[in-house]
Amino acid sequence: MSTIVSLPDQTTAALPKRTYINNEHGILSWLLTADHKRIAMLYLVSITFFFFVGGFFAGMVRLELLTPAGDLMAADTYNKMFTMHGIVMIFLFLVPSVPATLGNFLIPIMIGAKDLAFPKINLLSWYLYMIGGIFVLTTLVLGGVDTGWTFTTPLSTHYLNTHVVTTATAIFIAGFSSIFTGLNFIVTIHRMRAPGMTWFRLPLFVWSNYAASVLMVLGTPVLAIAIVLVALERTIGIGVFDPTKGGDPLLFQHLFWFYSHPAVYIMILPGFGVISEVISTFSRKRVFGYTAVAFSSVAIAVFGFFVWAHHMFIMGVSNYSALVFSLLTMLVAVPSAIKIFNWSFTMQKGSITFETPMLYAFGFIGLFTIGGLTGVFLGALGMDVMLTETYFVVAHFHFVMVGGMLMAFLAGIHFWWPKLTGRMYPESVSKLAAIITFVGFILTFFPQFVVGYLGMPRRYHAYPPEFQVLNVLSTAGATVLGVGYMLPLLYLAWSLKYGAIAGNNPWQATGLEWQIQSPPLTENFLETPIVDHEAYDYEWLERKTERELQYVG
Amino acid sequence: MGISPVLWEFLTKWLTTSPVWPREASTIAPWTDALYIFLWLMTVFGVVLVGALLFTFAVRYRKERHPVAVQIEGSTLLEATWTIIPLGIFLFIFVWGAWLYFRIYNPPADAMQVYVVGKQWMWKAEHPGGQHEINALHVPTGRPVQLTMISQDVFHSYSIPAFRVKREVIPGRYSTVWFNATEPGVYHLFCTQYCGTLHSGMIGEITAMRPEDYEKWTKESTSGMSLAQNGERLFASLGCNSCHSGNAAAAGPNLAGVYGSKIKMDDGSEQLATDGWLRDTILNPSQHVPLGYKPIMPTYQGQISEEGLIDLVEYIKQLKNNYRIQQTLNTAKAEDVAPVTPDQKVTP
Repeated sequence: MSTIVSLPDQTTAALPKRTYINNEHGILSWLLTADHKRIAMLYLVSITFFFFVGGFFAGMVRLELLTPAGDLMAADTYNKMFTMHGIVMIFLFLVPSVPATLGNFLIPIMIGAKDLAFPKINLLSWYLYMIGGIFVLTTLVLGGVDTGWTFTTPLSTHYLNTHVVTTATAIFIAGFSSIFTGLNFIVTIHRMRAPGMTWFRLPLFVWSNYAASVLMVLGTPVLAIAIVLVALERTIGIGVFDPTKGGDPLLFQHLFWFYSHPAVYIMILPGFGVISEVISTFSRKRVFGYTAVAFSSVAIAVFGFFVWAHHMFIMGVSNYSALVFSLLTMLVAVPSAIKIFNWSFTMQKGSITFETPMLYAFGFIGLFTIGGLTGVFLGALGMDVMLTETYFVVAHFHFVMVGGMLMAFLAGIHFWWPKLTGRMYPESVSKLAAIITFVGFILTFFPQFVVGYLGMPRRYHAYPPEFQVLNVLSTAGATVLGVGYMLPLLYLAWSLKYGAIAGNNPWQATGLEWQIQSPPLTENFLETPIVDHEAYDYEWLERKTERELQYVG
Repeated sequence: MGISPVLWEFLTKWLTTSPVWPREASTIAPWTDALYIFLWLMTVFGVVLVGALLFTFAVRYRKERHPVAVQIEGSTLLEATWTIIPLGIFLFIFVWGAWLYFRIYNPPADAMQVYVVGKQWMWKAEHPGGQHEINALHVPTGRPVQLTMISQDVFHSYSIPAFRVKREVIPGRYSTVWFNATEPGVYHLFCTQYCGTLHSGMIGEITAMRPEDYEKWTKESTSGMSLAQNGERLFASLGCNSCHSGNAAAAGPNLAGVYGSKIKMDDGSEQLATDGWLRDTILNPSQHVPLGYKPIMPTYQGQISEEGLIDLVEYIKQLKNNYRIQQTLNTAKAEDVAPVTPDQKVTP
């Protein structure tokens, strides 16, 4: 099979002498760095740690559900398991996953800047994230929390004796990390683009991270407010959500979903950006309908703020407001459909190769199509009555978040691994891992659609025996999925020392990040680049390569 | 090489006892299933279409066959096509879903009433005729049943998958759901809103019975006191009758015929006397002062259980003509009112 990979001659190649990695030495040079690339690596290590923490809880949940009776752990323990799974995966992995690692590393380079606009605030973001993470770990050590990641009042305020306030503090603090990252990206993208880098020459990865940043900055404060109100209600009983004091228990859900629905777009939009880059690079073609793809990200960000009450169709909201929210939900599905078709047609008349990032991108498109369309089920009012609060919902958002976002994250990690580290990952084992992940994923989550329509409620510690077969399939799939996620951890670590030297541009990609050395210098560029071509201009890249060959020759 | 016994058991179980489709046991179920099937057809169509595009392009334009890419900017026509067609499909689904939603949540006027109180971690059902059930509900087939539900503590959710209905049960507020069972049988009742430790134990059985069996069941299971009779006693023991005596000169308004009517309030607004409104006037009387009366009624917040409130509401609903409070302690036979179909209707 032909490949696009062009590596320097391995017998003579060496990593560049001076890089952001060896520029300074010692642990303090990492902990006090203001370099966006080093901060990205700090994030990468920390979110990977929390991913496996969250994955452990997922494993425990699936193990308990292997049998219908609640026989592996006590009900309270089980409730803590799925709560910690949700909190860790959402707030400590999915939200920062692509933006804080790949976004942090790449956005300044992609737009031709030396760093983000506020390098120290960037470091502060990481510290806030870590403090949030430590609070979560503290909660764990103290005995956990069992509110569910949704913190539904009045359960969370009046009826539980676990560490709700500690967890609330964790989320409050981690929220600021997210706000600062978003703010930093917005300012950077507005103010620090290189000469000639107009808005419509930005790589789509930058557009989608920009859209996600706007959501972070506007949405996260509302979560912070909601979570503070929960803590106040719990500690001093202010009564905002307590019906006996004239409060409204549904108000919390409005506030919570006002953040948490846009939050799913915070999580998925940067993934869209990764897919655009990967599909274009391995098809050797510019993204089909660049403008439509860019604006569909913005459309998702805008509409995403006005659909929150679709989580509450059965909660006794008025029938007419339910109508409005259902209609808007249908509208937000359209930009996602546009993206799917634009990505597909990017491949048309391309010259396609099938490296690991491309395989993950294929997986992403397939699974995200299912995830997105099953979202339409839930947006349809009458259908939602049957499906909401069942395993159908669990399957739907795992298709989007794990099938979509995690696939995109892995696509991105493999794609930019040579740029991050200067070394290639091993190709065949990583292809195997991509396939294992895909198969394991389908096996884990597809049966949950079926068991959901049978009526199995989510967050059940024990369930009627007739649901067992589907749950056994799901647990079996989770085991396969676990292998699929362990593999990259192992071979990527291996490649740090033994991987092939990647050279500047192993994929022959067009982004500015591929025109500099791998791993980059601390300053990114020796001189400010001047941009005179569109994004994904492969002809420009060819001309440039020819010129360089002539010059060298 | 023999097949592993564990695998064998799993396979036989798969083939014999594992359902993949829920039972259809209410009038709404076929309608929900129709939309569900349509949505899956749409999904399969979408996935096959996208899959076919990816596959075709991947095969035709792989590097071996197509070494040099042809750059294409985009195509407004194609992009308009895949904007408008999905939009059309999604809007069609929106209309269908909305129609179904209104069908599921707007009860027919002649539905029989049952009250449900949810608490950690049990479901209490109260029939107007005085049948009380825990984690169970008996209903007749072929007749619409409306549940008026409230939670004593946290959010719960009343879900009957075989009937394809579900509704959140909320603290401090009545919510309703209705269904018309078609098939006699025993079905799952689940709490689907996470409600704490024994969330997965907050389950029960819905027994749908032929009307004649149901009739028999109501006779055998009554506590001997209808909800309205309980309410009447409570009405007297709380001293409600000292003001709401039915006398025109009394300090409180006459409650006869109030249910379902529009009431003029002292702030000039009109309020519709529904179940939830009656409950709220007992708990927050200062929010609901009728025109011409003084705000002197004390709050009963925290003094009456949700079951007691249901009894009072049910009693007030039954008051049709002018009543004399001397009747309050008369108790009629429970069978006279069981099972009750309220003939008062909420007329907007």
